[in-house]
Amino acid sequence: MVDAPDVQKHEPLARYTDPLGRYLIIYLCLLVLAALQFVIAFSHLDTSAKFERMLLIAIAEAGLALAFFMHLWAEKRGFMLFVVLFTGFVLIAMQYGWTDSYRMEVGAPYTQPKVGVVPQ
Amino acid sequence: MSQADVTMGHPPGMITGLPPFSVSAKKMAIWLFIIADAATFAACLVAYGFLRNGAAHWPKPFHSIVNVSMMTFILLTSSLTMLLGVRAAKAGDKSGAFRWTMITAAGGILFALLHIREWLDLISKGMKMFSNPWGDPLFGASFFSITGLHLLHVTGGVIALLIVGLRYMRGRYNADDLEVTGLYWHFVDLVWMFVVPFVYLLNLGQ
Repeated sequence: MVDAPDVQKHEPLARYTDPLGRYLIIYLCLLVLAALQFVIAFSHLDTSAKFERMLLIAIAEAGLALAFFMHLWAEKRGFMLFVVLFTGFVLIAMQYGWTDSYRMEVGAPYTQPKVGVVPQ
Repeated sequence: MSQADVTMGHPPGMITGLPPFSVSAKKMAIWLFIIADAATFAACLVAYGFLRNGAAHWPKPFHSIVNVSMMTFILLTSSLTMLLGVRAAKAGDKSGAFRWTMITAAGGILFALLHIREWLDLISKGMKMFSNPWGDPLFGASFFSITGLHLLHVTGGVIALLIVGLRYMRGRYNADDLEVTGLYWHFVDLVWMFVVPFVYLLNLGQ
């Protein structure tokens, strides 16, 4: 007879036994990256360039927090891929609305009169 | 057919009922919540970007970064203290884990107070949900809904930290419960990393 599996007896992979120095380094990296966003905010770049740089930094910060503070890196690779790929797919799929946003902004192509057609 | 017949010949973990990905049910539940909540926040931020992109005169009411930088520093530091709490709990240091958890909760309370102070300051300058003195009227709605949703998460996190911390100290909860609460708290911090640049820093009045 096979014993019923006991989840509580199963050894977790993320054991939180990393040296304290590693956590402090990650924390300092996060502070530096956050400070970098503030520096970019006061730079003379245009808004879209600022946005791109800030987004990249925010993704890097999120990656560090996920991997080390949330210990996703210490979990099974399958679990890490499940979380990252599934979430990534949902977040990327959500971006479909941007084209309509640009249409609102510039009015193209639907609201512009066709060439050669006299408006009624 | 007995369970022995079913499991025979199959790799461990497939039929035997071991937790998927070697993750306990509690941890899997919080990760699924985090994934769903990430989609919620992303939807709010995308909707905010949609409005901002389509608006002719998007307000830039922030002239000081003192408050938001303090809030960011406090939240990042509270993430570290939460980590130290879970680490202590896993090592069996009960009082250390409790102390770090309470410090984390105190950080969350301080963050919430600073947040409310900022809201009151903006409200006193004339910003409402659907009107403001600076430009596009929907700025208030998007700002209050995104930061309000985050503040709600922080408040919920502080309550959870206090309850789980106290129950852990009394022996009703274990280190795994503290770890699960810690994952939620780190997620709240993670979301703030996206809220700050897009909602605050891109709206700085030069």
